[in-house]
Amino acid sequence: MMQEPENKLAIKVRNLTNQFGSKVVHKDLDLDVRAGEIMGVIGPSGTGKSVLLRSIVGLIQPKHADIEVFGEDLTSLGREERRQIEQKWGVMFQDGALFSTLSVQENIMAPMREHLDMPISLMQELACMKVRMVGLEADAAPKRPSDLSGGMRKRAALARAMALDPKLLFLDEPTAGLDPIGAGNFDILLRSLCDALGLTVFLVTHDLDSLHAVCDRIAVLNAGQVLAVGTMDEVRANPHPWIQEYFSGPRGRAALGIS
Amino acid sequence: MAQAQARFDITTDLSGNPVMVLEGVWTAFTVGAIDQALRSLSAKEVSSELSLDVSQLEDFDTAGAYVVDRTLRKIGAVSGERAKIVGDTLSVRSLLKTVNDAKPEHTMPPKKKHGLHELAENLGHGLVDALKEGWGILEFIGEAFSTVFSLMLNPKRIRWTSVVSVMEEAGLNALPIVSMLSFFIGLVIAFLGVNLLQSFGAQVFTVEMVGFLMLREFGLVLTAILLAGRTDSSFTAEIGAMRMREEVDAMRVMGLNPMEVLVAPRLIALWVMTPFLSFFAMMSGLVGGLLVMWGVMDISPAMFIQRIQDTVPGQNFWVGMVKAPVFATVIALVGCRQGMLVSGDVQSLGQRTTSSVVQAIFLVIVIDAIFAMLYMEMGL
Repeated sequence: MMQEPENKLAIKVRNLTNQFGSKVVHKDLDLDVRAGEIMGVIGPSGTGKSVLLRSIVGLIQPKHADIEVFGEDLTSLGREERRQIEQKWGVMFQDGALFSTLSVQENIMAPMREHLDMPISLMQELACMKVRMVGLEADAAPKRPSDLSGGMRKRAALARAMALDPKLLFLDEPTAGLDPIGAGNFDILLRSLCDALGLTVFLVTHDLDSLHAVCDRIAVLNAGQVLAVGTMDEVRANPHPWIQEYFSGPRGRAALGIS
Repeated sequence: MAQAQARFDITTDLSGNPVMVLEGVWTAFTVGAIDQALRSLSAKEVSSELSLDVSQLEDFDTAGAYVVDRTLRKIGAVSGERAKIVGDTLSVRSLLKTVNDAKPEHTMPPKKKHGLHELAENLGHGLVDALKEGWGILEFIGEAFSTVFSLMLNPKRIRWTSVVSVMEEAGLNALPIVSMLSFFIGLVIAFLGVNLLQSFGAQVFTVEMVGFLMLREFGLVLTAILLAGRTDSSFTAEIGAMRMREEVDAMRVMGLNPMEVLVAPRLIALWVMTPFLSFFAMMSGLVGGLLVMWGVMDISPAMFIQRIQDTVPGQNFWVGMVKAPVFATVIALVGCRQGMLVSGDVQSLGQRTTSSVVQAIFLVIVIDAIFAMLYMEMGL
């Protein structure tokens, strides 16, 4: 693998080892995500894509890892420095993880209240703006998450992840469970937001269309390691049987427009 | 980032049109400080020919873009894609476009009203809700009973595994706490009895007092209240969590009747275990009294038991035990019903668990009072 220039990396993972009981999920995994790119992470179910995401954002304490985000070593950060880093990233969980007792608007305001020093009225306006920005109607803002459909919840969760205008977004299967049109719109939305805001995105997905439409590079996880990383074409050229099956199966061919 | 600041300045350009010069860092972390100043800019002070000079901008994000866009729209200037921008280096234009496309319309949640009219309205709603609640309880009782009776006719359909598991969890595992609690209540009653009756020289009647109270009332009520706190809440939480994760709906579409699968086993298990627990509660209460009488009054255990047999009629035991299935029904049904009423969000799970325990304890005490009056009329 080619070494990336140090200063342009958003995420740098070295020697990540995760083990639950006797099951080794990651073994000496290395991964680089460049600043400003959308990195799609794929792999068979159970290869620890979500675990990788959780290790980077610190929800799981890996057995061993050197993880740097924006050049800061996460393992050696103090409380205040950690807070600074957390302000720079937003995480969207698989099923949204919106706070069910708060309205959508209050959900988006939750990180703002914690981290920002601004008048409540401006927070409310910004929250409404985010609601609209992710493609929801303004009347979704006062609703509870339980009153929204699955697709709307995903959008609301994206809005909350972007509440602080982070430079780095972690998305865990954002299009899973959406109808193809909804998923397509989500892809377009993600791409346009990233282009406009210069975001770096760490995208865990199973959706071939998403991979094709939005990702700059793709990392394939298998057997606890990064099997291949590169652009769509580079990864597809990899002869590994799983990759070949993934992209050349009927769904893969359809997504790539190959007959 | 601590010293980063957002600043702006209004000047005029060569042709005399106003220019807003944006300086410093305009991000979510900094724009809070200039929000008020930007808000107070009005069309009167600044003409709509306003253009932006962003050449001295260090950082910009959607929060910054939002306040700029809001200002431009307020004074009637062109915003979004066609905004007049000088020195665009930070993709200000595309951010403005993104924000402007999101056209924020401010919606506030409706405020709660206060006043006489609303008071009457709330009162009416409260009354109707209470009536509905009562009706709902009756409906649920009816449905549960008809399910259980149809199960009795066809016992193979009873989920014995879950019956036994509830019996263990709600019955056997509650045995230590129930026995211990009534043991201590037995102690307390005996101590009080000895102290109070001493002034009449009638300490020896403490034995009757402990016997009557434990058999008729405390054995049962203590068990029921403990079950209401311990088991009833867990019924609500279990079924409520299943409701939240749509497991109950999954059962329905598979043709499984939640009444049969969830409610009936719990009801049957409590019918079996409540008398069992009550019996142990009565006995450990008597043991508590026995120990006090032995220690304080020198009445030997054999004498204590003899005296109980002589002076406390055996019907008192049955007078108490008759209540056990009634309490069991109340606790199981209130717990299950409140669980079934849980809706999608976490808050309702908490509310339902609370009201489940409150309702169960309330009903237990009310029903106990009704029993006491009935027995009095019957001369028992």
